[in-house]
Amino acid sequence: MSQIICKNLALGYDGRLIAEELDFSVEKGDYLCIVGENGVGKSTLLKALLGLIQPLHGEIITDRELKSGGTGYLPQQTEVQKDFPASVEEIVRSGFLKSCGIKPFYSKTQKLLAAEKMRRLGIEDLKKRSYRELSGGQQQRVLLARALCASEKILFLDEPASGLDPVATSEMYSVIAGLNRDMGITVVMVSHDIRAAVKYSKHILHLGNKPLFFGETEEYIKSGIGRTFLNTDNEGGTEND
Amino acid sequence: MINPFVFLSEYDFAVYALIVAALIALCASLFGVTLVLKRFSFIGDGLSHAAFGALALATVLHVSNELVIVLPTTALMAVLLLKAGRNTKIKGDAAIAMLSVGALAIGYILLNVFPVSNNIAGDVCATLFGATSILTLSGMDVVLCTVLSVAVVLLFVLFYNRIFAVTFDESFAAASGTNTEAYNTVIAIVTAVIIVLSMRLVGTLIVSALIIFPALSAMRVFKSFRSVVLCSAVVAVLCAVSGFLASVAWSIPVGPSIVVANIICFACFFCIGKGSGR
Repeated sequence: MSQIICKNLALGYDGRLIAEELDFSVEKGDYLCIVGENGVGKSTLLKALLGLIQPLHGEIITDRELKSGGTGYLPQQTEVQKDFPASVEEIVRSGFLKSCGIKPFYSKTQKLLAAEKMRRLGIEDLKKRSYRELSGGQQQRVLLARALCASEKILFLDEPASGLDPVATSEMYSVIAGLNRDMGITVVMVSHDIRAAVKYSKHILHLGNKPLFFGETEEYIKSGIGRTFLNTDNEGGTEND
Repeated sequence: MINPFVFLSEYDFAVYALIVAALIALCASLFGVTLVLKRFSFIGDGLSHAAFGALALATVLHVSNELVIVLPTTALMAVLLLKAGRNTKIKGDAAIAMLSVGALAIGYILLNVFPVSNNIAGDVCATLFGATSILTLSGMDVVLCTVLSVAVVLLFVLFYNRIFAVTFDESFAAASGTNTEAYNTVIAIVTAVIIVLSMRLVGTLIVSALIIFPALSAMRVFKSFRSVVLCSAVVAVLCAVSGFLASVAWSIPVGPSIVVANIICFACFFCIGKGSGR
């Protein structure tokens, strides 16, 4: 069953076209990685899927269950957040904002659920700690726990491992894979880490000016574009190491 | 030196002034936390200058209650400043500087061309630095200030969780269906109301101190959003009261005296923060 279907989508800012001819779908329980060079509109596509920006033309059809269930979003960190005085608990609970409706405060059930998500992601001990004192990996887990509070159906992740050290990066990826496998949560992830993308994902969407590839991960590895991209990335990787 | 407590027990208007000072400082500090964290402090500063222009206009027009003109004009400016500040195309910070300096200049010209008293310099100085106007508050002013202050505090408490979400992460709040633009506009308008209210207390030039100082002091020491909000409220009220008492005791202007109390407080919190290893 498709949760999201995009038909002939075109995206851009201020009338400037960034990406067009996007045709793809996301199935329930899927793990889709959106990859591609910088500036090809990966984050823009994610924002369009979240309804934060309007597509220039084309259609995004979302499943009714998804619309009512809310969406979990893990945005890229902003400057403001780096020195923000907030406890882990305060941030995680703010994921319930939408399900509060018009009620001004969080219910007891919501507080218990928030505690459960923190336990699941192994950050329960940190709940009274200040966000700005945590390591990068811990901060990302906090934001992931908040996204889980907002939705148990689908997670949209924008570069969840950016700025993390190698150990924290692989931990982050295995936590996400675990959520997808054990809870059946659909994952839509933007990443420039192509090797991690092919390791964990079920489908790949490779963006260029026009989409260069959409299909199963195994096919992507065998395809021409996948091979070129994986190879160049390997070379780039050894240089950086 | 005048004993401030004897003074307060002898004059009712001084007690009213003290209450108004504490209430206004409380409102300013609550929204100050959000403004500082959202990097919106510039709105406070820009607005205080805009409010001077509006006040000059109201004075020249001889309206019976200045607030009728000053409040809507400043609120409108708040919305404009917010839009300008977020617009990366036309250099937001420069646009704000233009707007606020422009309002200041036009206001001063208006007061000079249409003088309402023969002591223009004194009037302008009083508007800019607050002078003694808080001691001449009418009963109506006190009621209005109290009602608006209570409304602002109530608004903050009821929307506390949403204000937190919008302050911490606008993209996430928007993705979970919050109209962040509406929240930003409301925050800017409430700031305008607070500024207009506190203008009579500390004067337009130093009004942003009431918004910024308590929040910054609290952030030196406290680490969760709630503790920062609570601490900044307490700090603001204590500084307003002690500044007020000091101004009575040594016959110095109320506004600057409250600001100095805030500076001393900030210095203490800064040292405590450094001492506790932050």
